[in-house]
Amino acid sequence: MTAAAETRPILRIEGLSAHIAGQQVVEDVSFTVPATGITALLGRNGVGKTSTIKAIIGLIDRTGAVELDGVRIEKDPTFKIIRSGVGYVPEDREVFSKLTVAENLRLAERDDAPRRQLVEDLFPDLLARSAQMAGTLSGGQQQMVSLARALLNTNKILLVDEPTKGLAPKIVAEVAETLAEAAKTVPILLVEQNLHVVRQLAEGSVVLSGGRVVHTGSALGFLDDAELTQRLLGVAAEAPAPEIRENTGKFPVTTEAAPAGKGAAL
Amino acid sequence: MSTVVLLLFTGLGLGALYFLVAAGLSLIYGLMGVLNFAHGAFLTLGAFAGWEVARRTGSDNWGIFLLSLLVGAAAGAAFAAFTEFVLIRRLYQRHIEQLLITLGLSLAAVALFDGIWGTDPVFIQGPAWFKDTTEILGARIPNDRFVCIIAAVLVLLAMVFFLKNTRYGMIIRAGVENRSMVTALGIDVRKAFTLVFTIGGAAAGLGGVLASHYFGYVSPMLGGSLLIFAFIVTVIGGLGSLTGAAIASVAVAVLQQFANFYLGGTGDFVVVLALALVLLFRPSGLLGRTS
Repeated sequence: MTAAAETRPILRIEGLSAHIAGQQVVEDVSFTVPATGITALLGRNGVGKTSTIKAIIGLIDRTGAVELDGVRIEKDPTFKIIRSGVGYVPEDREVFSKLTVAENLRLAERDDAPRRQLVEDLFPDLLARSAQMAGTLSGGQQQMVSLARALLNTNKILLVDEPTKGLAPKIVAEVAETLAEAAKTVPILLVEQNLHVVRQLAEGSVVLSGGRVVHTGSALGFLDDAELTQRLLGVAAEAPAPEIRENTGKFPVTTEAAPAGKGAAL
Repeated sequence: MSTVVLLLFTGLGLGALYFLVAAGLSLIYGLMGVLNFAHGAFLTLGAFAGWEVARRTGSDNWGIFLLSLLVGAAAGAAFAAFTEFVLIRRLYQRHIEQLLITLGLSLAAVALFDGIWGTDPVFIQGPAWFKDTTEILGARIPNDRFVCIIAAVLVLLAMVFFLKNTRYGMIIRAGVENRSMVTALGIDVRKAFTLVFTIGGAAAGLGGVLASHYFGYVSPMLGGSLLIFAFIVTVIGGLGSLTGAAIASVAVAVLQQFANFYLGGTGDFVVVLALALVLLFRPSGLLGRTS
């Protein structure tokens, strides 16, 4: 990789606007995501974070420019954008509840050589539950499936939308570990309400308000500015940090466990 | 007792025809959200294609019957694939326009069939065995009912196998549940759309040939008359559920037959009443997704 390629942002958004049912949800948003590390996309509820993620991959109608690794992609349909190297972990997991865990993962395989071993190493619990219907999994287990679907393929960037939403603190810590592990090899644009997870993981930050970008810069710098955090997010970033275990490189999700189905190869 | 058995088998035969139409309708709506009013035209074209095979060969043996099934299914599949690829594909997410297009196509197709084959019914002969009956518990069941039932069961098994054991089947099942997430995994779901239309059209075309033997004739209105009940079956079974469509097909047809016989020809009314009850108390249908 050349020096220019290393410093070039992996994702560049320019003048992105999006509508849902005639209502503008993202307005003239511009920002870049560096080619390494985790960039947090922050803002109060309803400011357009999820809509921005969906607009980037074309899941909702939008205008503006989206450039992935130097290539304009805004004219491409969603499936082509994903195939060009975007991993998407949606809000609320969106696993296919009537498909088994193994089927959910097989459906996500798009590379010639999907990284099944990596997924099995990261999420050993999924192997035991491969024959189980995804709809019967706990929230944490469904998040495993959702993350695993994105990590199965080699991506240029991961778009991860509220991965800890509604999860128990222990599972939140495990999700954070997995994201930290993944970020070693792929840049991540992370929508996250849990500011301790943001503090733990994110290097850069982009803050939205009213569908617009109102702040960009270092995540820690932003979170350390109590007045700014309070004004833009409506909360102070001071709550106790979740318990972070030593990084084992695995994501067992032992709480909220639903009965395991008969094991089968992923 | 013999009357009950006869009504039961007649209902099962009719249910088989409903299923062959409703299976495609249900999958198409479940995956794409398209309310396909042109589906009856796929059935009618299949029926006429099958009839043409019998007429042109001048034969009514089993071989010709099986050939007519193949040709009918192929005609239905081709018409359906054409409809999806040329007319529907540009209109995804525009449900009103889709509805208008399929409704218009259904009317245009009937006019086209009128022009080609005339407005009067054309009568069809099948293998001689079809005209015979088989006695079960004292009831003499017309043999063509068994053919319809067996064909529908085979189609159901083939569809279930396809949906459970192939990648495209998996894509269709996932797409019925959450279409946008399928595309967000990098899958071109439009190919699945065309495939579902084609499979649905093939089943309807096959149903058309079988319906022509069940009723003894083909007419340009054949598909339309079955489509109404197939829609009812699709809603009662649950939009997008193949198993639901199968169960509802049998339930609706058997109920219709019994009501016609025991309640003074009120079969159609009772079926509509059943639809109203399902919509009131279980809007998602017997096995449909709740949303």
